[in-house]
Amino acid sequence: METIPVLKEREKQIFEKGMDSFAMECDKKSLAGSVSQRACVFCGSRVVLYPIADALHVIHGPIGCAAYTWDIRGALSSGPELHRMSFSTDLSETDTIYGGEKKLENALNELIDLYSPAAAFVYSTCIVGIIGDDVEAICKKVAKTKKIPVLPVHSAGFKGTKKDGYKAACDALFKLIGRNDSTRVSATSINILGEFNIGGEAWIIREYYKKMGVQVVSVMTGDGRVDEIGAAHRASLNVVQCSGSMIHLAKKMELEYGIPYIRVSYFGIEDMADALYDVAAHFKSNPEIMKRTQSMVRNEIKAILPELNWARKDLKGKKAAIYVGGAFKAFSLIKALKHLGMRVVLAGSQTGSREDYRLLRDMCDFGTVILDDANPLELAKYIIEKDADLFIGGVKERPIAYKLGIGFCDHNHERKIPLAGFIGMKNFTKEVHATVMSPVWQLVPRRGAKPEFVL
Amino acid sequence: MKIDSSLNYTATRNACKLCTPLGAALVFSGIEGSVPLLHGSQGCSTYMRRYLISHYKEPVDIASSNFTEETAIFGGGENLRLAIENVTQQYSPAMIGIATTCLSETIGDDVPLIVNSIKDRNDLPVLVHVSTPSYSGTHVDGFHEAVKAIVDQLNPAEGFGSAEHTQDKKVLNILPGMLSNEDIRHLKSIMETMAIQPVILPDPSERLDGSPWMEYQVIQSGGTSLSDIRRMGSATGTLEFGRVMGLRSKHRSVSKGQSAGTLLEKRFDVALKSIGIPIGVRETDRFFSAIEGLTQLPAASRFVQERGRLIDAYVDCNKYLAGKRAVIYGEEDLVVGLAAFLSETGIIPVLCASGGMSGFLRQALEEVISPSVMKQVSVKDGVDFMEIEQEARQLHPDLFVGNSKGYASARRLKIPLVRVGFPIHDRVGGSRILHIGYKGALNLLDTLVNTLLQTRQEKSEIGYSYL
Repeated sequence: METIPVLKEREKQIFEKGMDSFAMECDKKSLAGSVSQRACVFCGSRVVLYPIADALHVIHGPIGCAAYTWDIRGALSSGPELHRMSFSTDLSETDTIYGGEKKLENALNELIDLYSPAAAFVYSTCIVGIIGDDVEAICKKVAKTKKIPVLPVHSAGFKGTKKDGYKAACDALFKLIGRNDSTRVSATSINILGEFNIGGEAWIIREYYKKMGVQVVSVMTGDGRVDEIGAAHRASLNVVQCSGSMIHLAKKMELEYGIPYIRVSYFGIEDMADALYDVAAHFKSNPEIMKRTQSMVRNEIKAILPELNWARKDLKGKKAAIYVGGAFKAFSLIKALKHLGMRVVLAGSQTGSREDYRLLRDMCDFGTVILDDANPLELAKYIIEKDADLFIGGVKERPIAYKLGIGFCDHNHERKIPLAGFIGMKNFTKEVHATVMSPVWQLVPRRGAKPEFVL
Repeated sequence: MKIDSSLNYTATRNACKLCTPLGAALVFSGIEGSVPLLHGSQGCSTYMRRYLISHYKEPVDIASSNFTEETAIFGGGENLRLAIENVTQQYSPAMIGIATTCLSETIGDDVPLIVNSIKDRNDLPVLVHVSTPSYSGTHVDGFHEAVKAIVDQLNPAEGFGSAEHTQDKKVLNILPGMLSNEDIRHLKSIMETMAIQPVILPDPSERLDGSPWMEYQVIQSGGTSLSDIRRMGSATGTLEFGRVMGLRSKHRSVSKGQSAGTLLEKRFDVALKSIGIPIGVRETDRFFSAIEGLTQLPAASRFVQERGRLIDAYVDCNKYLAGKRAVIYGEEDLVVGLAAFLSETGIIPVLCASGGMSGFLRQALEEVISPSVMKQVSVKDGVDFMEIEQEARQLHPDLFVGNSKGYASARRLKIPLVRVGFPIHDRVGGSRILHIGYKGALNLLDTLVNTLLQTRQEKSEIGYSYL
């Protein structure tokens, strides 16, 4: 078999447990020509703010950035669906010469009149800074006349990585917080940060906390509303999932409003239960909450165990590869897959930190490959070498898996069913089982022609 | 939602177009052994990959020179060179197709100069570059410009007249524009039947629609070969699809808007026939007569049969279709092709809309639609989906015909959508839809009529068993 080459400059972002010393490099700009799976700063901001359903999202730039992010992720809303529209200033050649400020101002005024949004976000794209548009000033001006928050998002694609985009989104969110003091907020109240309701997960999580007797003031940003986010400063605790994207905001809120935060994950049985117990423990002055939590968790787990046990029989010993945006999701996935009897042979992320990778290393078995900011060729190389049966990733990873006869589970924007919560674990189990056990793999060349038949 | 039809909005709402580099990336993905490389931010490549993968359901690798803040200040030459070297090392490509983006164009990077400075290094593949500033034109312009760049840069005028340029009667250049993989395969099969050796540029039909692999293919096999492209100057003729494309080429300068076919004609004296995308009876008739004109070869009897079958189906379906009203949208040339086809079945294309803005859409439509029908057609170019929706609301159509991006509007209007063209993100088999030739029209006809019948059956209280 021909081996797939790895670029020399990339070698330090690849680690094989038991084979290499751990000198993992990360937090770097992607290497030119490496075909990174990452997007850009704009993408980071766009995914975080996107689910705010009653806000106007205007992309200031040429048409591409708006076209490629139109209705791009589930981000379900229980009410308005303004976020599913794609608005662009569609800058033309003359705008790049004379500037796009006037166009932006007109676009904002018209769209606000037309759709009456609760707030507007204005995303800067690559060329906006270069042509020198003063987006900040336009936003201020429009906010004043239209009397809604109009917030610039500093998301020029080349100014950093996706992580900087998260930060820019958090900065914009922070400006919304503190604007609404009219909501009644109890002493046992939380904000959910970093849950985007792609497949309806935020609704499930909200329901759990409600059953425990904890008020959810806002979800940032799944099924998000400007008014709810405006009242977020009055909650007692921030519960942060997907910490890569939202920890910046949690820290800012702690500093400004004195709201402590905890880090959680809603994925997999253990992590989901912990996410509820940790919140209950925080409100220990009200012991009823813990009691309710315990009984709820017990019942929920009981309800899904038969399905898990059934699937484990078939999945035991199967090998999985994981490539996700933020490393935090990988931790939960490893635990969840272990629960199903599966072994993780590859774990990677687009934006993990050194600390994340150290933790990943400790969680994984010997021989597991850990990748930072990988590309299609590296992913293909290692899923072949490790002979994975399942790949968990997003749209761009799917064809790599399928071409090589490997089952696939979308744990990203395109999932249509909730994978979080206890019920989500059941859905995840069914999905993994369905794809890994599919009869189609018996027909693909890489599976149908196993060495024992060839020899 | 308030609707004010008197307003001409500044903002684009749900664009009916994509940006120029996407078209170029698509072309470079249809060349054998080629890797597309975008000179700009990482996001451009990744977003386009995602967009294309969701349609083709195949790996689509697009490299990026990955600008940083420093690059934007000091220029992207160094990054581009590094990207070319890294792509070469990883993919060992036969060619790298370099397209610019809004960022590299705005800071004024001189890509031809950068490329020319390393072009002669023998450790690098063939480098083709095209200027595709995202703020100018649409993906269609990027597509055509990339085709022209390839033809131009692989067939310099200097080599002309040598032995390899003796005209080959059997070779026919076909520049099909943005067609589906199935369309390209059908074209090849027609050529095979007629014993013609086509050079179809680009040809993603195998690369972006292949079988599962034994081992990872760094670059999928298939695509127009570089040696074939280098033969284009000695072909017996060039067949170029797209009436809007043809009109543009006639009215524009060499540097902007003129087609690859025109270039081949001017540089190598290769006869050019510009025709519409062959959808339906009349446009496909013109296609075969154009081939006959260029190669002196008559159409095979197989196609006469296919033609008869199509007309027979028109006859069988005439009452289902007469007077039905369709909204057609998408790339200008596809809209023209579909309008030609629909109007010959009795459907009235009440709205022909495109995000493209060549200025030739109406003229091209007038060439294929009779004046009496044309009177009932509203032509809108440079529009977005919200404008299409607004216009469609007044027109009470029975059908939407276009790519899957019209679904949101069709759903709001409760009008069935027949998916054709690119992209198709919400159904499987988007790249396997056959549009062209008599066979393609028959396939579209069946889909159209069955969609109408299904709507009728579902809306009926009787639940007819025979329709």
